[in-house]
Amino acid sequence: MDEAEKKKMFDVDSAALLVKELRANFGSGKTKSYGWRVSQMKNIIKMIEDHENDFVEALRSDLSKPELESFVFEIAMLKASCKLALKELKSWMKPERVKTSLAAFPSSAEIMSEPLGVVLVISAWNYPLLLSLDPVLGAIAAGNAVVLKPSEIAPATSSLLKKLLGEYLDSSAIRVVEGAVPETSALLEQKWDKIFYTGNGRVGRIVMAAAAKHLTPVLLELGGKCPVVVDSGINLKVATRRIIAGKWGCNNGQACISPDYIITTKEYAPKLVDSLKTELESFYGKDPLETKDLSRIVNASHFARLSKLLDEDKVSDKIVHGGQRDKAQLKIGPTILLDVPHDSLIMNEEIFGPLLPILTVDKVEESFEFINSRTKALAAYIFTNNRKLKEEFVRAVSAGGLVINDTTLHLAVPTLPFGGVGESGLGSYHGKFSFDAFSHKKAVLYRTFAGDAPARYPPYTQGNLKLLKALMEGSVFGIIRALFGW
Amino acid sequence: MESPKSLEKDLKELRESFRCGKTKEAAWRMRQLKGLSTLLKEKEEGIFDALRRDMGKHKAEAYRDEIGTLIKSINYALANLKGWMSAKKAPLPLGAFPTTAEVVSEPLGVVLIISTWNFPIGLSLEPLIGALAAGNTVVIKPSELTPTCSSLLANTIPIYLDNSAVKIIEGDASVGEQLLRHKWDKILFTGSARVGRMVMLAAAEHLTPVTLELGGKCPAVVDCIPNSRDRTMAMKRIVVGKYGTCAGQACIAIDYILVEKKNAAALVEALTFRIKSMFGDNPRASNSLARIVNRHHFLRLKNLLVDPKVQACVVYGGSMDENTLFVEPTILLDPPHDADIMTEEIFGPLLPIITLNSIEESIEFINLKPKAPAAYIFTKNESLMKRMISETSSGSLAINDCITQFAADTLPFGGVGESGFGRYHGKFSFHTFSHEKGILRRSFLTEFWFRFPPWNNNKLLLLRAAYIFDYIAIVLIVLGLKKS
Repeated sequence: MDEAEKKKMFDVDSAALLVKELRANFGSGKTKSYGWRVSQMKNIIKMIEDHENDFVEALRSDLSKPELESFVFEIAMLKASCKLALKELKSWMKPERVKTSLAAFPSSAEIMSEPLGVVLVISAWNYPLLLSLDPVLGAIAAGNAVVLKPSEIAPATSSLLKKLLGEYLDSSAIRVVEGAVPETSALLEQKWDKIFYTGNGRVGRIVMAAAAKHLTPVLLELGGKCPVVVDSGINLKVATRRIIAGKWGCNNGQACISPDYIITTKEYAPKLVDSLKTELESFYGKDPLETKDLSRIVNASHFARLSKLLDEDKVSDKIVHGGQRDKAQLKIGPTILLDVPHDSLIMNEEIFGPLLPILTVDKVEESFEFINSRTKALAAYIFTNNRKLKEEFVRAVSAGGLVINDTTLHLAVPTLPFGGVGESGLGSYHGKFSFDAFSHKKAVLYRTFAGDAPARYPPYTQGNLKLLKALMEGSVFGIIRALFGW
Repeated sequence: MESPKSLEKDLKELRESFRCGKTKEAAWRMRQLKGLSTLLKEKEEGIFDALRRDMGKHKAEAYRDEIGTLIKSINYALANLKGWMSAKKAPLPLGAFPTTAEVVSEPLGVVLIISTWNFPIGLSLEPLIGALAAGNTVVIKPSELTPTCSSLLANTIPIYLDNSAVKIIEGDASVGEQLLRHKWDKILFTGSARVGRMVMLAAAEHLTPVTLELGGKCPAVVDCIPNSRDRTMAMKRIVVGKYGTCAGQACIAIDYILVEKKNAAALVEALTFRIKSMFGDNPRASNSLARIVNRHHFLRLKNLLVDPKVQACVVYGGSMDENTLFVEPTILLDPPHDADIMTEEIFGPLLPIITLNSIEESIEFINLKPKAPAAYIFTKNESLMKRMISETSSGSLAINDCITQFAADTLPFGGVGESGFGRYHGKFSFHTFSHEKGILRRSFLTEFWFRFPPWNNNKLLLLRAAYIFDYIAIVLIVLGLKKS
């Protein structure tokens, strides 16, 4: 490595300098102003609109993502997020008045939102635009300075983000650091006011452990095996299309909320498999390796990982549809497996790919027990018309979020908190939840000097005790006495 | 003291109790809360006795800061529980009909509450209220530095609460470490930053969400207060906010004061007058002053005054008695800014007063230090109030009073930066021990057919319109009346 290259390397010292600089700029107060936040958000929209084609190209290069998916899941969602934030920011920034009890009378109180300071957003490769800018948007809306570390596994998007954010946004407060493990580690050594991480549980643990050194709060958006329970007596065609849209239509199954596996009854399984086959063909044609409407597998390492899942003993013979592979093109066709062993690899790690195992049970209710025997996923889905089953599902199944009679759509609802629980993560965002995630909610109590309960003060006597009891237990007569010092 | 085996057994029981679903029932939760309330009423004398033994607290202080606030919190939780437990509708745009969305709160599972010694009953049971209201099973690890309180909890909780769902596990740091090796669904920790880091590191192994309630140096800015009645009130509140709250051993007690040079002398005089009236001429004999928790902390406080440069700044008090763990209410004027007493959290009845040329400089002074759990300002100057609110950051902020924000059910109680993260009290307790699960309900009836591949330009157009819920455009495109 020559001197120039060494200089460009982003190490712990560079990271420390970066944080120091941003802290000073944050300290100047500019990111707190409503005007600044609005200007940045407007510029994000402009950036996306001006460079829509460049982003679509970058996503095609990184993931072979179909233009429509890039548009719907990344560009449109991001714009909608920005527009919502622009519309609502004034109200989000307003302090929330709260009532105070008689024990604190007379007083008034409010909860005000303030930015945390300098925050770090570590993004993922599967929705590299959305998962970078949606959290960054939240950080900006809340008035923070922010460093974005995009995923190196989506390099075209990463460098496009670095270039464009530098052009369109205020680089005294918003920066992009590209790189892989060394750069990320250098960043994680620093003291941040919040770290937002999207990715897997293994790295999530590393992020949280690094954050612990500095008592930095974290928000972790992780993964899991999102189950789909399929009951009988449903509109099978619609359900199938929605399952396909959520699985292969979402980056070819490489999405944290993609249906991972299905559980249905032994009786219904054949019908479901047939329906899936039919609809898959109508979506992707007879030779799915040829269609342009499916993302590819992101890289050789994930391709090898997925191949391994399929090739495992006692799993490879359970393939009932698909299984075609093209290593050179990093393509695997939509693959359905029926009744793989519960202890197989494919049933014990997050698939994150176009493989869909279907497990069967005797009675559909048994699916809940199976789901609950596993770690909590980011999402869980059920297709049923049975009201009782719906309610039991909601009551019994814990996951980040649930959808009844569809898949993945809850991602697009900004009034629902989007986040995991247990192994699938902690914290949530989207809509106002993003603003809140990057804010400190400061309790502010205003008291006047008039009126006080003398019982509050030393020297303490039995009399104090009596009065305090009356005051705190809310007995009106007791309160009056205590307030006026009778 | 728990052996590792009996700890495993306890945890297994707690997990089983949670799994069987009984804690999800509103009736079970209310029974626990009522049981807690009954415990506080029936064992009141025992609690008073324990707090007096362990911390030298007078009954009035014990009631004001611990028992009374707990009863208030339980009543508040009982009154609001049904509302907290009900699903909240999430608004959707009109065009999304008949889709509906809601958020449902569910318990996290088995939670760990690590309490501390200054409010040993309050800081064990206040989080418990939230954990039970949210439907979890709970382990509380009380502080071993207040052993009478710890035993009291260990002996009484099993009588009044569901023993298979709430357990008190006593012990020292090694027991704490053992507990932290296990997987919890949530940990709420109150204590020091040093231990807070260890808790979070242990939690990271299991991706356990944590709430850390830590400490810091809570500043009180004291401006000139023209009206003498107001001034009296302010002095009372400051004195009780420092010395009258566990003798200053509270995370939200006033740590130090900032005042303008020209008002300093009057302030010292007013404070000393108030100290004498509240604690008498011989504070050693006062029954209204808590004592220092143990010898270790006593020596720590003693050491803060050892430096002759610091000792020279003592303008009132300063006497200490190691035998009775007594430290007199003490005031210092302008100790060096780099002395330990001005860089570490004091957590005791020593009050440094820092003088400034202008009161406005307080803002900058405060911002040079890590963010504290609370900040206070006594002033009638509205613009100074506004500056304090918007230009400093702390867990909470009170104007013209101190400590009382602790008792407000509607205000979140927690730190920021070095003073911690997460919050509780009131509904925030309920939420801190819950997972807010989003639920989207769709019908089979309506669908956007253009949602599915194979893709074409027409579908792209339609999706653009749908995403902004522009239904008219959708209809026009479908009818072929609108082109790109």
